Amino acid sequence: MAQQTLTTEEQAQQGSLGRFIKNNIREYGMLLSLILIMIFFQFMTNGTLLKPLNLTNLILQNSYIVIMALGMMLIIVAGHIDLSVGSVCGFVGAVAAVLIVKLGFHWLPVTFLCLVLGAVIGAAQGYFVAFWKIPSFIVTLAGMLVFKGLALWILAGQSVGPFPVPFQRMSSGFLPDLFAAAEATGQQFNLTALLIGLVVTALVIYFNVRERRAQQAHGLAEEPFVIFLGRNILVAAGFVLFSYLMASYKGLPNVLIVMFALIVLYAFVTSSTTIGRRIYALGGNEKAARLSGIKTNRLTFYTFMNMGLLAGLAGLIFAARLNTATPKAGLGFELDVIAACFIGGASASGGVGKVVGAVIGAFVMGVMNNGMSILGIGIDLQQMIKGLVLLAAVFLDVYYKNKA
Amino acid sequence: MSLAAQQQAPAAAETAILEMRGISKTFPGVKALSNVNLTVRAGEIHAVVGENGAGKSTLMKVLSGVYPHGEYEGDIYFQGRLCRFRDIADSEKAGIVIIHQELALVPLLSIAENIFLGNEPAKNGIIDWNAAFARTRALLRKVGLKEPPTTLITDLGVGKQQLVEIAKALAKEVKLLILDEPTASLNEGDSDALLALLKEFQGQGISSILISHKLNEILKVADTITVLRDGATVDRLDCRAERIDEGRIIKSMVGRELADRYPPRHPRIGQPIFEVRNWIVYHKEHADRQMIKGIDFHVRKGEVVGIAGLMGSGRTELAMSIFGRSYGQKISGQVFLHGKEIDVSTIQKAMDAGLAYVTEDRKNFGLVLIDDIKRNITLANLEGVSRNTVIDDGQELKVANKFRRDLNIRCSSVFQQTVNLSGGNQQKVVLSKWLFSGPEILILDEPTRGIDVGAKYEIYTIINRLAEEGKGIVVISSEMPELLGISDRIYVMNEGRMVGEMPTSEASQEKIMQAIMTSWGS
Repeated sequence: MAQQTLTTEEQAQQGSLGRFIKNNIREYGMLLSLILIMIFFQFMTNGTLLKPLNLTNLILQNSYIVIMALGMMLIIVAGHIDLSVGSVCGFVGAVAAVLIVKLGFHWLPVTFLCLVLGAVIGAAQGYFVAFWKIPSFIVTLAGMLVFKGLALWILAGQSVGPFPVPFQRMSSGFLPDLFAAAEATGQQFNLTALLIGLVVTALVIYFNVRERRAQQAHGLAEEPFVIFLGRNILVAAGFVLFSYLMASYKGLPNVLIVMFALIVLYAFVTSSTTIGRRIYALGGNEKAARLSGIKTNRLTFYTFMNMGLLAGLAGLIFAARLNTATPKAGLGFELDVIAACFIGGASASGGVGKVVGAVIGAFVMGVMNNGMSILGIGIDLQQMIKGLVLLAAVFLDVYYKNKA
Repeated sequence: MSLAAQQQAPAAAETAILEMRGISKTFPGVKALSNVNLTVRAGEIHAVVGENGAGKSTLMKVLSGVYPHGEYEGDIYFQGRLCRFRDIADSEKAGIVIIHQELALVPLLSIAENIFLGNEPAKNGIIDWNAAFARTRALLRKVGLKEPPTTLITDLGVGKQQLVEIAKALAKEVKLLILDEPTASLNEGDSDALLALLKEFQGQGISSILISHKLNEILKVADTITVLRDGATVDRLDCRAERIDEGRIIKSMVGRELADRYPPRHPRIGQPIFEVRNWIVYHKEHADRQMIKGIDFHVRKGEVVGIAGLMGSGRTELAMSIFGRSYGQKISGQVFLHGKEIDVSTIQKAMDAGLAYVTEDRKNFGLVLIDDIKRNITLANLEGVSRNTVIDDGQELKVANKFRRDLNIRCSSVFQQTVNLSGGNQQKVVLSKWLFSGPEILILDEPTRGIDVGAKYEIYTIINRLAEEGKGIVVISSEMPELLGISDRIYVMNEGRMVGEMPTSEASQEKIMQAIMTSWGS
């Protein structure tokens, strides 16, 4: 033990750049692999991948996976799993369709009701996991079957649609362009989207700089300046390029705004609030967390409730996107969501994982789906490749952990 | 020394079934056994005694192959042959069977299935159940059990489970039976039956090694007693040759000198601030088993109170049940702080009232090992470093660094993962966590277990400082010299009761042991 302490101290004195990369290879590696995968498909598809139309599709196709991955990350960090999210997603969409299309309720209260329904479903499952200590695998496996069945039942086995236009806009709508009148030149360009992109870029850089200042004030600017600079340039370039591409199509999709807001919110909650910290402690060592006065049961319960809420939201977005609720909606989503979290660096034993990682993981899966589809690769091969990528990501994780 | 002469003599005079010569075993940072010799004569009951941590269990693990050949130094001769056991299966093949304190039975399998687990009478992988049942019946008769072989283990009492373990050992054609604290959880009737059984086996030529804290039982059956202390053989008593009494054994067990291992203490003790009255707790799983049987105790302002006792005496159960009912069920009794009754029904409430409990098992209950020092220190009081539930990173860092300095936590930075710290530094992190929660009463459960001498001294100094600040401190420890060295007053606990209370000035290891030994079954 004493020796180990020594080696860490020795490490601190070694070249800080190399050490830093070595210590953070996992986090940067993930972002790097996403970029590499994107470049690869951009090249292979002769530039189709990053065409504005395709990029918009990519966002729309993956939004519900990303949104559910946010909740799933918390569940996995807390040391659990939720297999029911796909079914809950489909069921909530079905309820919305029946209420709006068949029974003629206004879409706004139904949307609200469906979110509550999602939360209640999550709470019900969380109740058995948290207070009765039934393994989450079993509870949510049961939930998966139950809600799949319920969706089939209320849809009577048929697709129900179409939805009223305002409801569809949730998925297929775009943020209106405030400068549209000025842009009467015929060339379609959404200035609002670009401006929002620039503002967000500026904000991200501002917060990064502020954080670094704060770290320096406490004498722990761990990250070498070169990497800090490089990271910011890369992020800024990415954001600007992205918003430019979006602007040259229809602008920013409404879903993107919702998704981005949720990512920021969840990233903040997990990294900077007491409840986020407690979830990590709960997953890291439940007994120690409980003996430190953390109400571990209640916290587990809330994580499942939150997951249900997000699954409900994802269900609404998915139904709005397809413009129908089908009995097959949500089928297999749980696998993509869970895979996104593990590709994103979550640990199956709990206590480890970052929201941003889950988002990157979701896009790794999304870009591969999209790219391989464009290339016309058969669904059989696609499945195999995705499976191998998941295994490879987790293998590398374990490999570097053992080496460290 | 006469010790060496004593050890050689019996080996020459009578045939020894087992000779362990010069056994040493080192764990990272700790020498658990140092040049230990153990000679067991054929057909005798040999008792091994010593305080907790003296090295008894380690010695038995070396003997039974849990620590395989190569992980220890020294030689083991069994029936005259040099043995190098690779694992437990290897030592069992030779005829050495160990029965651990925690029984190794599968609760939801039947007696017969357990007895032949891993040793099934089978042909080509197909078990011959008729043969198994027949042999089980014969074995159960030998240990005096009348239950049918199909009975599930979980339906048996602890005493009968112990007998099944012994039957299992007999099934392996045991020549040397090792029993680690076999009577710790048995009542007197069951204990006597078990001891009688050992005597019976002795008649059939089976030797046994008995590890026990209950000296009265040892004196009833043992032929020879080996005393271990601090990982070394300190005495070998021949009960057949001379008359041995408990006082003689205790003297050997505790006879170490108190050196300057404890910081000087200048207590300024005030009025009682913490009091527990008629505390009763039942076992967390067995609702009919009373673990804490109506305990009263109190702590004064600025006082360090020690609770002595053997393993299984209920000290941890007492502490944890007071700390937010984190152990047990059907808990009753009252807790007072500053004369007012306080609610300790949940951990949060106990903490709010001003209690803190530092667990004996810091790795499993104390730390989130994958998290860094900083996050562990603030875990029990996140409100202290946050505003409107948003954690102030700078404030958190300041707090962590303050405790790093104050408690001298040796680390590269407070961002170091706690899993990489030494035991002493881990313990300081756990202490920091609880100090940051601002308690008035601090219960420390085995605060120096597995920590080297230097770090122990630092922990003692911290305890002294806290007492000087006017906090009430309760220290639970199995190391009697430690309690004598740091506390102002000592309670002695045994079988869920307080069986003694003495100011440290009047206390001694002999008195504590006496209080425990005279209280068995009372």
